[in-house]
Amino acid sequence: MPIIRTSIIRRIQQDLRSRTRSAQEITEDYLSRLQAAEPEVQSFISVASESACAAARALDGRIASDGADSLGPLAAVPLGIKDTLCTAGLQTTAASRVLEGYTPSHDATSVARLKAAGGIIVGKCNCDAFAMGSTSESSAYKATRNPWDLERVPGGSSGGSAAAVAAGQCVATLGSDTGGSIRQPAHFCGVVGLKPTYGRVSRYGLIAYGSSLDCVGPLAGCVEDAALLLQTIAGRDQLDATSSHMPVPDFTQGLEEVERFASRPLEGKRIGIIRETIGEGVSPGVNAAFDRAAQHLATLGAEVHEVSLPTSGAGLPAYYVIAMSEASSNLSRYDGIRYGVRQEAANIRETYNTTRQEGLNAEVKRRILMGTYALSAGYYDAYYKRAQQVRTIVQQEMHKALLDFDALISPAAPTTAYKLGHVKDDPLEMYKGDIMTINVNLAGLPAISLPAGFEEGADGRRLPIGLQIIGKAFDEGEIIRIAHVFEQTADFACGTPPTFDKSKSQ
Amino acid sequence: MDSNTSASRLCCSAAPASVAAPPEVAYEAVIGIECHIQLNTRTKAFCSCLAGSAPVNTNVCPICLGHPGTLPVMSTGVLKKGITAGLALNCSIARLSKFDRKQYFYPDLPKGYQISQFDLPLCYEGSLEAQLPDGQTKHFGITRVHMEEDAGKLMHDGANQLSGSDSSLVDYNRAGVPLLEVVSEPDMRSGAEAAAYASELRRTMCFMGLTEGIMAQGHMRFDVNVSVRREGESKLGTKVEVKNMNSFAAMQRAIDFEISRQVALHRDGQAHEVVQETRLYDESTSQTFSMRSKEGLADYRYFPEPDLPPVRVTDELIDEVQGSMQESPAAVRSRYLDMDLPIADVLILTDEKPFSRYFDAVLEAGAPPKLAANWVLGDVMAHSKVNQISFDKLEMAPATLAELVCAIDEGLVSGKIGKQVLPMLLQGEGKNGVKSFMEQKRLIQISDMSAIEDIVNDVLSQNQQQLQQYCAGKTKLQGFFVGQVMKASKGLVNPKLLNQALNKKLKEASEAATA
Repeated sequence: MPIIRTSIIRRIQQDLRSRTRSAQEITEDYLSRLQAAEPEVQSFISVASESACAAARALDGRIASDGADSLGPLAAVPLGIKDTLCTAGLQTTAASRVLEGYTPSHDATSVARLKAAGGIIVGKCNCDAFAMGSTSESSAYKATRNPWDLERVPGGSSGGSAAAVAAGQCVATLGSDTGGSIRQPAHFCGVVGLKPTYGRVSRYGLIAYGSSLDCVGPLAGCVEDAALLLQTIAGRDQLDATSSHMPVPDFTQGLEEVERFASRPLEGKRIGIIRETIGEGVSPGVNAAFDRAAQHLATLGAEVHEVSLPTSGAGLPAYYVIAMSEASSNLSRYDGIRYGVRQEAANIRETYNTTRQEGLNAEVKRRILMGTYALSAGYYDAYYKRAQQVRTIVQQEMHKALLDFDALISPAAPTTAYKLGHVKDDPLEMYKGDIMTINVNLAGLPAISLPAGFEEGADGRRLPIGLQIIGKAFDEGEIIRIAHVFEQTADFACGTPPTFDKSKSQ
Repeated sequence: MDSNTSASRLCCSAAPASVAAPPEVAYEAVIGIECHIQLNTRTKAFCSCLAGSAPVNTNVCPICLGHPGTLPVMSTGVLKKGITAGLALNCSIARLSKFDRKQYFYPDLPKGYQISQFDLPLCYEGSLEAQLPDGQTKHFGITRVHMEEDAGKLMHDGANQLSGSDSSLVDYNRAGVPLLEVVSEPDMRSGAEAAAYASELRRTMCFMGLTEGIMAQGHMRFDVNVSVRREGESKLGTKVEVKNMNSFAAMQRAIDFEISRQVALHRDGQAHEVVQETRLYDESTSQTFSMRSKEGLADYRYFPEPDLPPVRVTDELIDEVQGSMQESPAAVRSRYLDMDLPIADVLILTDEKPFSRYFDAVLEAGAPPKLAANWVLGDVMAHSKVNQISFDKLEMAPATLAELVCAIDEGLVSGKIGKQVLPMLLQGEGKNGVKSFMEQKRLIQISDMSAIEDIVNDVLSQNQQQLQQYCAGKTKLQGFFVGQVMKASKGLVNPKLLNQALNKKLKEASEAATA
């Protein structure tokens, strides 16, 4: 039987408390793994070795003076942060040229909470510039490779965050998800990605793309580690007026060890397969893996039925209108006046034009232009307003389905990881890849993507496939428990990338 | 607040606008006013930076500088002040309103958009009554009041605007400071009416404690829309926006100029030359000139601000605001009129909040209204003007003035002595009581009969010769004795009582002499 995924965070906490390993040893171990994999995978835009080691030494000092009981739940856990999240004193670029050299004075609230819990920030993960993309190829700095096949993309936009976890460069990472940017790369890279309910995690310090859709969430090697990160970053934040006052439950509650599972641990759970997400338009490998995953859920005792969400198809265009409209506004601040790169020109108008022409890439400019168009006088009603109406319908339909079911499932993406360059120049093809995930953002619901199997490539390589489990608003606990049971029992979904087998170095 | 920075008073406004037109065709001006009011909240609207004045670029943070990833969070003070303004302007208060983004690029606008309110303003459908120069009052409709944030301040080198300057600097201290925008109905017909509305709006906002209201510091900025049409026509003419008026008198002149400019064009068959544009008022020539002309309508691409939840106002909140609202200038005016004060006095006393505050405190300390008004509007006002000291910064406490006024009213002090004492009181003397101060300075009037009789006795005994002459029939000498008593008392004896005492003593002496 293959090694079932177990919590690395728990192991680190045990080691620290039993004084088996020091924070510094753990951090240095991960930093060397990070550096070893980096030339091939290129997950990081910047690596913060010095500040990471300093933070680890400070932790060790605290253990020495106050004992291990004083430690936070993420003590000495090496973490990567998507470069769309602000980190005080650490360059934050959103993978865009226009923010090259920009060092914030403020931490994103999610980052601040990780640090407060003892987490060690080892670096900033690559992504598509301003989180606009599904391959991480639109980064101004580098193209991250998929650890399962270096000729393929890790997905996006949180591609660096997913690849870093898959390659064992750190224990877990933060990503951001506007239309699937956590779940799709998790699917491509065979890791767990959790998009919380909108408002569950503060957006303060997250470089905004589509403000009404953006969510910060964790990527990790197993469900429990993702839950531990969510536990730390969730909850009301005074700095984000859209963050929720909902109390944060213990997301790790009920995450039992597999030995203690009942024979049918999902007995009584009603799970709905979204009919519109399977079959046509989905690759045979993904379809097969998904079928097997659904069967597995049934084997675990869940009642699995198909459910139709007829408006699913309307979500994609509505999503792009809303996301691009908001993006066109959110990106106005990158004008070269107060920070970031400025291309000085003859007058203010020219300075704006040149700065933005050179600082923003083609995909970003495409979205700004389309969003600007959608918000323009005379078009607003036909585009933005209409899209909001569609959003409401999609929302209502999903909420209604979740009255009948404890969770909805779908593949996390219609295909496995693309070859590098495959969809880069075909935006429509790339946008279509978001079909499985965007409605969840429109509805503001929580969803988790976790490894569910593999597709055998022509070259004999295995490419991971993710199962998406969608839950009720603010009920992350439910999908976390279902995902945990699935993960701990689905031996067919287990595995690590051949090149970066974590068991070798652990 | 410095009262001297305020604009001309209502009651002193110039003659009504002259709408020049040939006798056969009469034209009518239609004027509407948009006013931006800087609220005097402690912090900015959407971050915790202080909103007051400070060295350049020191009241700033990542949020109001529009740094990546930062988010606005509305401070509750803004909402309460917005509701207060709405109630003071007799508006309906929206139970549900929202913020929107108004988008344009400018270096003083950190985020590339201004957080404002577009289609669901906080307050709507109100009115304001203002006193016109001819003594009439007029109701002006208020279309809406909404909340928004201010931009930073640009300073240019080598030109007076961004285009053409050698370099420009931005001070972001003002960026994010809360503003209210009050939009009037197009209800004004002349510069005088516009000025009356604008000054009453300012007065109301100041009395409500919402703004410092200093025009010279841009606390209130007025954009005036002016159009003309033939009298009797219902269709509005092309409107021109006029900006850059730093006082209400300037506003009146600017509008009257703009009206006559437009009327002249209409009369000359050049009506098409009246174009939708923004014109700036030049104080030195009393004319308006075109700033931007024939520019296509700016498309601000308004859309709902996704970072801020909708603004919900409960009945409880409205009650709370209503309960703590201060008196409006109109209410203060009617209170003063009920005291039988003349309208001219009332208008001045209510022109600036510190005036009426001070006056109320003088009344509170027991002074009779009419006499108190005379003193406040007379020597105290003059002192404030000459020395540029606002009424809320006067050294003389209202209670001190009240004591003096009461003493005069009771006849303890003559008006003349009062005028002598006042400058000292205005310097801060007499804080421990006006009477003891005057006694100490030997300025208080002697009204004690026995004390007066003593002085009279002294004078008579020191002037036996004149007394004998008086008794012999030379009664003209009474004036001499009065003079002597006054001299002896340094003029402090109550004249009426002096005459009584002197008559009595002289009568006694005469009777004694004949006996």
